[in-house]
Amino acid sequence: MSKILEIKDVSAGYGNEIVLSKINLVINDHDFIGIIGPNGGGKTTLLKVILGLIKPYRGSVMFFDDKQGKSENIIGYLPQINQIDLQFPISVKEVVLSGLMSKEGVFSRYAGKQKRLAEDLLNQMGIYNLRKKAIGELSGGQLQRVYLCRAIISSPRLLMLDEPNTFVDTRFETDFYEILKGLNTKMAIIVVSHDVGTISWYVKTIACVNKNLHYHPTNVITQEQLASYNCPIQIITHGDIPHTVLEIHKH
Amino acid sequence: MIELFSELLNYRFFTNALLASLFTSINCGIIGSYIVSRRLVFISGGITHASFGGIGIGYFFGFNPIVSAAIFAVLSALGIEFIAKKAEIREDSLIGIFWSFGMALGIIFIFLAPGYAPNLMGYLFGSLLTVSPADISLMIALTVIVAVFFIFFYKVILFISFDQEYAKTHKFPVQIVNYILISLVALTIVMSIKVAGIILVISLLTIPQTIANLFTKSFKNIIFLSVIIAFLGAFTGLLLSYIYNIPSGASIIMSLVFAFIIVKLFSILVNYIKVKRIVST
Repeated sequence: MSKILEIKDVSAGYGNEIVLSKINLVINDHDFIGIIGPNGGGKTTLLKVILGLIKPYRGSVMFFDDKQGKSENIIGYLPQINQIDLQFPISVKEVVLSGLMSKEGVFSRYAGKQKRLAEDLLNQMGIYNLRKKAIGELSGGQLQRVYLCRAIISSPRLLMLDEPNTFVDTRFETDFYEILKGLNTKMAIIVVSHDVGTISWYVKTIACVNKNLHYHPTNVITQEQLASYNCPIQIITHGDIPHTVLEIHKH
Repeated sequence: MIELFSELLNYRFFTNALLASLFTSINCGIIGSYIVSRRLVFISGGITHASFGGIGIGYFFGFNPIVSAAIFAVLSALGIEFIAKKAEIREDSLIGIFWSFGMALGIIFIFLAPGYAPNLMGYLFGSLLTVSPADISLMIALTVIVAVFFIFFYKVILFISFDQEYAKTHKFPVQIVNYILISLVALTIVMSIKVAGIILVISLLTIPQTIANLFTKSFKNIIFLSVIIAFLGAFTGLLLSYIYNIPSGASIIMSLVFAFIIVKLFSILVNYIKVKRIVST
């Protein structure tokens, strides 16, 4: 197990507003980290710093080559679904192939090999029949799978997902996390979610982000711990039946 | 009809107009598909009107207004892109500023230019019948540049237009591609002024694409269909303008708008019948 990247003393934000302060985090191969925290706590900003979309005010993100020495396209990224223009004239297959952008040349047309790779992935996700559809014709769950295909088609070392369970029904959510579990044998995964419920079933460790980052080395977390992490969100416990625990209150 | 057409082909001005329509249709078909897909219609309108400043400067200093309009349009386009990114001004407000600034500058320079401004109406409303061979060679040159760029970089243009942020995560020079494309938009607009005029040129960049989008949802097919529709519209408008002796720019746009209405109504009807059939079975 080797280090993929190390975030060292990172502070970042927008304009003169600091959203993240003095963040430290190491991500290793086979990690499965759930990033939780309140809205506006800086979860998405952290992902964008890792992706290089936002330059931190201070600190650094360092990447480490793995033993095979392939350093290109380390990260597969699944953005929040609502950031995309669904009326854009592009087909499902084209979206998936765009995940190969940095691996393939700018000029070359897609070889049959790459097209088959895209079709295989779509098949695995059970949406092969949709490959020629325009993205605007898909449901939220289908779209989410298309973006997952795009994120993993280049076989990245690290997969990062931003709120993958928005717009997705509960049944599909379970399928989705099962898929992630399978992928985790091949790549490290970071998943951002404001919904702690389902996420903690699947992740190995938890990071609470609310301006600061508190790393929690297991997937069991208590209300007290969250409070000490300064992370005001709803809490869950693990049991035979999935359920939500409410605060003790008088009727 | 065929007699009329063969008669018209004998006129030099008509064959020139036809060639200009052809190359403008190719340019506008390609660039317009990019504009419509990326929802850049408003910025394109801004660039169009800003280019009037360049025309005024050309008049005043006595060189070809199309050349100064091209320079002015490209600088406005790059200016809008650059300032909106860096200065945290809302892009649409900035477009409004450039839009009116260019027009105002043009009006002042034309007013100050000595003597009467000939062809002014031509720049505002188009004058397809006065296209010169020099204009046509400029159009051909631009068509070659635009076509080559889109053929070689089709994948990149498609992916960057679809999801800029994702393209950035692949370390793509997204901003450079944006600058190149917005410059091509500006040049296409200026080269199309002869055909439809500043006031009407936006129609060539939006109506054919909107019609094409009713038939297909593939970027590539929208481009091909738009080129064909734009040329059919220009050709029909040209004939109507000759037959009824009306301004060509306006008659081209009228042809396109009517085509759009007919196709849209037809597609509504087809959908209605389809739904009926599904419900009844």
